[in-house]
Amino acid sequence: MSKENKQRVLNIHILRFDPNDPDDFPHMETFKIEEAYGMTLFIVLNEIREHHDNALKFDFVCRAGICGSCSMLVNGKPTLACRTLTSKLPQDITLAPLPLFELIGDLSIFSGKWMSDLNKRLETWIHDKEEELNVDKLEQKMEPSLADEIYELDRCVECGCCVAACGTIQMRPNFVGAVGLNKIARYHLDPRDKRDNNEYYELIGNEDGVFGCMTLLGCEDVCPKDLPLQSKIAYLRRMMLRNAL
Amino acid sequence: MPKIIYTDVLIIGGGLAGLRVATGVKERGFDSVVLTLVPPKRSHSAAAQGGMQASLANSKMGEGDNEDVHFSDTIKGSDWGADQEVARMFVHCAPKAIRELAHWGVPWSRVHRGDHSSIINAKKVTITEKDESHGLITARDFGGTKKWRTCYTSDGTGHSMLFAMDNKAKQDNIEVHERLEAISLIHENGRCYGAIARNLMNGELVAYVSKATTIATGGYGRIYSVSTNAIICQGMGQALALETGIATLGNMEAIQFHPTAIVPVGILTTEGCRGDGGLLLDKDGYRFMPDYEPEKKELASRDVVSRRMTEHMRKGKGVKSRYGDHLWLDIRILGRDHIEKNLREVKEICENFLGIDPAVDLIPVRPTQHYSMGGIRTTYKGESQTLKGLYSCGEAACWDMHGFNRLGGNSVSETVVAGMLIAEYISDFCESEQSAISIHTGNVEKFLKIQHDKLEALLTKENGEDAYKLRRRMETIMMEKVGIFRNGDDLKEAVDELEELYKRSKNIEVFRSKSRAANPALVNAYRTQRMIKVALTVAYGAYLRKESRGAHSREDYPKRDDKNWLKRTITSWEDENQTIPTVTYEDIPISNMELPPGFRGYGKDLTQHHEDTKARQTIVDTITTKLQSDGANRFEIQNTLMPFLNKLPKKYQGKNERLGEKI
Repeated sequence: MSKENKQRVLNIHILRFDPNDPDDFPHMETFKIEEAYGMTLFIVLNEIREHHDNALKFDFVCRAGICGSCSMLVNGKPTLACRTLTSKLPQDITLAPLPLFELIGDLSIFSGKWMSDLNKRLETWIHDKEEELNVDKLEQKMEPSLADEIYELDRCVECGCCVAACGTIQMRPNFVGAVGLNKIARYHLDPRDKRDNNEYYELIGNEDGVFGCMTLLGCEDVCPKDLPLQSKIAYLRRMMLRNAL
Repeated sequence: MPKIIYTDVLIIGGGLAGLRVATGVKERGFDSVVLTLVPPKRSHSAAAQGGMQASLANSKMGEGDNEDVHFSDTIKGSDWGADQEVARMFVHCAPKAIRELAHWGVPWSRVHRGDHSSIINAKKVTITEKDESHGLITARDFGGTKKWRTCYTSDGTGHSMLFAMDNKAKQDNIEVHERLEAISLIHENGRCYGAIARNLMNGELVAYVSKATTIATGGYGRIYSVSTNAIICQGMGQALALETGIATLGNMEAIQFHPTAIVPVGILTTEGCRGDGGLLLDKDGYRFMPDYEPEKKELASRDVVSRRMTEHMRKGKGVKSRYGDHLWLDIRILGRDHIEKNLREVKEICENFLGIDPAVDLIPVRPTQHYSMGGIRTTYKGESQTLKGLYSCGEAACWDMHGFNRLGGNSVSETVVAGMLIAEYISDFCESEQSAISIHTGNVEKFLKIQHDKLEALLTKENGEDAYKLRRRMETIMMEKVGIFRNGDDLKEAVDELEELYKRSKNIEVFRSKSRAANPALVNAYRTQRMIKVALTVAYGAYLRKESRGAHSREDYPKRDDKNWLKRTITSWEDENQTIPTVTYEDIPISNMELPPGFRGYGKDLTQHHEDTKARQTIVDTITTKLQSDGANRFEIQNTLMPFLNKLPKKYQGKNERLGEKI
């Protein structure tokens, strides 16, 4: 057997820290894992927990790239761990929790709280003053292509990768990030949401909103759902600028 | 100082069902707290891909659809195991639930007027949509349905529904306590008063005391080693109910295997693949389903397709792989455009987990554990039959609209329909005097102390069992012996060994990782104990049920036996020291069925009929013929056969408007 075909032994370096343990401090720990065919980081991390260190903390839910729970830094880049195949990575793999979010321990972060606060702040729901729906009646019509367009932006899974890759948020901790701006773009597109441009301006027409973005576009590079973040941020900026004039 | 939080309604689980209950009771003026293991938007509801059934009849292929057709499909699908009144309530409210969701922002895919090409039975056909349908919610074909009824947003339906629902909950200021795991119910004198929960981040124990408690924690698929379910679908809700010794579970042995999960990881590819025209092929590239099911082919009910695939692989027609045999799912014929628009998640999954392009390559699939028809047994109001104040809905419950096999597209539909109905019944209860909280704080603290001591015991035990070893063994037993095809010998072995594992699980020790705060080893320890309990209810129920019905298929009893087995399995665990659950049965009366037991239309009719069936069928036929000749409409006929509207909350009793059916 040639050397290339030999099964690799992966060196998994993990940034460990348990904030609940007063004696602990952030440190790297390395685990050696024999690579298997079709192996993902989901499999690797569970193997470590089951056979090497049962205290290792990380978050997986759907393990199918659908729910956005398992975002972490893989060799420095924010991505979803569950759908990352080890075969696409070098032998040395460094894993760290996403920065900026509150740390629960090791690779587990409290991104849910961050996203929840963001949704409340931007009021990411349909605003319809007329309310009162008669559920017995035919639904309101919508252009099929518009429904598709909204769905395109609705695909965000709130994984936080774009936040971790954002340069602006390093300087402006209250910046809404691409995730927030994308949500505004989504509701702005939706005729069921009756907010006018002034109301949207109130939400994102400042430096913590669309005018804070420095267009570094790390968000677009790392978005696991390939959302059109760049064009949507540009669109919102033009629209908000027009509104301000 | 123990922490006690009071609320009107405690909701355990933040998926579609739980959130819909929360917003529903809020509308009626009641507060709630939702406990979730994960952020609500990451609940397993998000993984539902293909769609939600609702008989809107907007699209060409849905024309003529209505509640009656949806009802009949659902009952046939259930192999007559469902509660027909509940199924009626469900089909009546599904159109309302979907319209409500549209109002809250779900970008449902819409009908486009004019000609469309589509693939039906491997042939290209042209479907022409009417002008007046343009812009209404469209639907795709799914297995076991007479009409195209499954509404969708591409193949991210559950995701869009859950996001809209969670955003609505945020708008309503619903209190969500994230990463809090309910570990025991608080109850006294046959009345449930909330739950003890553990904070998964810092280990704190909190008592939530409530008038009503709702379990909406989803299914128990993870007792199997390979499942399409999210890893949090571990049956903890069912275990909590069971451990009260009072609440009961229904039909736990009714487990659905989905035909097309990818090999080896078991991630789902939606039924929409076949609904949209995808085919199943064997190792020779041969399309085998028409040989087995000439009429419905790939779109037979899920239980049927899964069994036929397994049979075909047993004949040596499977594709050999290092992970065992599999078959192929072929969606190449749908074309790249269709795949990239309507099957995007499937495409992403294929790329990321298999490294293939489904527009060019075949997808390796095989039947995999997917859905739990069984769950916490409730009345039509979603309340436990035996523990007052405890409610359950969604996959966690056995309400029971699925019987022994759920139709694709009926699960997310159930979550929102049941959620909206049960929120009303809970609100009625909260308005009544019976809902007063009469438990003494001292007794609440006792429940806290019991849980505290149990956790301490796990952490301080020495020379105990390794939870992982027990759990892996349990998963393997369930896979090998309580699978798609079952037989008495294997099931007996499964029950015996699971009972042994259960005894050993009382002696679990948490090795090395001794933290009382965030500690995955501790979580695994107490969940494993409960999972084994749940696995026992499944295996034991399957062992005792000596017939084949829906997804429960006994090789030693291949007939559906209405004579002896037209009943629901009811499981309880009264005594903490018993090592096998108590099983009793609840009759499913034929005398009030709108659709008396018949032949589902798959394979040969092997049914052993009940003596009441014929009589009931005669009554149904006579009434129907008479009313029809009197010029009665379908609603009047239905109402005479099996009235159900009075069971629904008033606000949901109205008729559903359709293009061809004005109100």
